[in-house]
Amino acid sequence: MVHFSPEEKAAITSLWGKVNVEEAGGEALGRLLVVYPWTQRFFDNFGNLSSASAILGNPKVKAHGKKVLTSFGEAIKNMDNLKGTFAKLSELHCDKLHVDPENFRLLGNVLVIILASHFGKEFTPSVQAAWQKLMAGVATALAHKYH
Amino acid sequence: MSLTKAERTIILSMWDKISSQADAIGTQALERLFTSYPQTKTYFPHFDLHPGSPHLHMHGAKVVAALGDAVKSIDNIAGALAKLSELHAYILRVDPVNFKVGAGLGSWREPGARGGAGSRLKVLRPAPSTPPPVPGRSRSRPPALQLLSHCLLVTVASHFPADFTADAHTAWDKFLSIVSSVLTEKYR
Repeated sequence: MVHFSPEEKAAITSLWGKVNVEEAGGEALGRLLVVYPWTQRFFDNFGNLSSASAILGNPKVKAHGKKVLTSFGEAIKNMDNLKGTFAKLSELHCDKLHVDPENFRLLGNVLVIILASHFGKEFTPSVQAAWQKLMAGVATALAHKYH
Repeated sequence: MSLTKAERTIILSMWDKISSQADAIGTQALERLFTSYPQTKTYFPHFDLHPGSPHLHMHGAKVVAALGDAVKSIDNIAGALAKLSELHAYILRVDPVNFKVGAGLGSWREPGARGGAGSRLKVLRPAPSTPPPVPGRSRSRPPALQLLSHCLLVTVASHFPADFTADAHTAWDKFLSIVSSVLTEKYR
């Protein structure tokens, strides 16, 4: 089980409080689809994904991004029990969505990059390290129920 | 995987800004690497890796200078980095399992391979251009050069947020992947 120190939890929650979940979610998912275009395979029915601006402006991408990031918010409230928090979502991603867990790591890294661009200097190496730990924990939790 | 004309233009146009802060960016990328991924410190037992150390500063500047060489010869990165490629293969020998071209290439399953009535992926799509899998890639150990590439992207994003658009992000991610693959070309 991943253990977060009080400093790490503070670094994560204080930044999270300033994140616009709707915007950041859309941006994170959008960037995933732009930078790693093979991830578009999971979103056949999302409509126009033909260019970076089409993807980033796509309402379905924004809506789904918001959904994904809202669930990250749940992770942050339950950092001591990520596996429990994500058990059902893990089953869903394996059994219904058929998503290779590598993609969770990709999305986590894209999100870190977006946080860096929003928060600049405030996103120090130690703050980044706390977030990377959270991303790794979430990715592992989401992969935990795969069979 | 190679850079499109548009991607080369993006990289060249951003390079002046980046190189004007080369030392700071290189140093910070390394600080981020060692803080988030302490296992990468194993390659630097001879360095003082504390924030502010002259070793970090010196090495960070070196890394960015090498990237500058690649940018200046963006049409022939392999040629520009030939000596560094040999250095990594024969002297430094950073674990090659630890070098990955392009992040997160998981298994490329056929849509619907898992079957089941609930499968959303009903239609076989022609595979998008997928980088080939790197032999011996271990999923449980993220690659060191990939981790450095990620930390470089984080550093550039935090310094130049307005320039670091989704297209720029793609261009830089690809560029660093190509650099990583050149550095591991001669491993065996």
